[in-house]
Amino acid sequence: MPVIGFKQLIEKEVNGKKVIDSIDHVIPPFIFINQDSNMITEKVVEDKIYLVDFFFTSCPTICPKVKKNMKKVYNEFKHREDFLILSHSIDVKYDTVGRLAWYAGKFNISSKNWHLLTGTKEDIYKMSYQYYITAIESKDAPGGFDHSGYIALVDRNRKIRGMYDGTEPEKINNLIRDLKLLFKYE
Amino acid sequence: MKYIFFYTLLLSLVSCKNSTKTYNEGAILYKRHCENCHMSDGSGLEALYPPLAKADMLKNLGVKAACIIKYGLHGKILVNGIEFDTGMDPVQNLSDVEITNILNYIHNAWGNRKQFIQLNEVTHTLENCKTQIK
Ligand code: HEC
Repeated sequence: MPVIGFKQLIEKEVNGKKVIDSIDHVIPPFIFINQDSNMITEKVVEDKIYLVDFFFTSCPTICPKVKKNMKKVYNEFKHREDFLILSHSIDVKYDTVGRLAWYAGKFNISSKNWHLLTGTKEDIYKMSYQYYITAIESKDAPGGFDHSGYIALVDRNRKIRGMYDGTEPEKINNLIRDLKLLFKYE
Repeated sequence: MKYIFFYTLLLSLVSCKNSTKTYNEGAILYKRHCENCHMSDGSGLEALYPPLAKADMLKNLGVKAACIIKYGLHGKILVNGIEFDTGMDPVQNLSDVEITNILNYIHNAWGNRKQFIQLNEVTHTLENCKTQIK
């Protein structure tokens, strides 16, 4: 499975000769807060395979569908110590830690494997660029936010290995297939 | 009043001849206005969005489900023994005819069964719940 993302070009020396090499896109360090008020940083995903999406709890459009599909993936892998999901809320005003805790309870998920995250607006939106998932605050969009329902699959080295449309059940089956491959070989 | 009578006549004509056609219209409206939360198979989502498929609340509501579509629903409810308090906002800009079509669809999809609901019942019900709510 390829690594997804823009590569960075660097100059380096091989046998005394200068050559151009490229570095994979790696998700930079981060600090967010989850539904239990715990700090979630890149240390939490260290040596783990994890999924990422962006949503908000009062979303009247695609989010419930994406969440339903992600729950399927969660149920299949939640027994694993090295599997995590990070769902970032793009509605930093309304989705407080308390609201995220309520959502997690009603959605019946555990922070053992699934973190619902909040943070500063700037950090959340900057993070969405890193995963190549669109998230925009927009007065014209239903619910006040425009965002894509994509799910990113990230490997143990914080490199993106797949992007899946979370609204489509067949794409979710691809995601489950790819997750199994990553767990088996990496 | 004349119009309501006319529509009811029209609707019942359509429904007698080809009842699945009206359900089709209802299915399209459902997909556009309800499916995001209640799902294409009417199963809802955990304790966040209640089911409509084989849901005791919908069955008991009957035609009164029209009020929820038009005026929304907030506060705690129990559906098949599970408590929900997410709240549903009114679904905007639906005519009484469209609401009737949606009702007939959700009351007969996914194994649900109910007698055909007429437009005049829906209009009457909506007038009543309007005064109750305001
Ligand atoms: C934005 C999400 C959303 C949309 C869109 C939506 N609903 Fe709901 N609906 C809910 C929630 C949440 C509840 C529970 C309300 C509460 O917490 O009291 C609910 C409750 C209901 C109920 C009563 C409970 C039950 O399961 O029988 C009915 C009937 C219903 N909705 C029908 C519809 C229909 C028909 C449409 C489309 C015209 C629709 N809803 C659109 C979220 C939604």
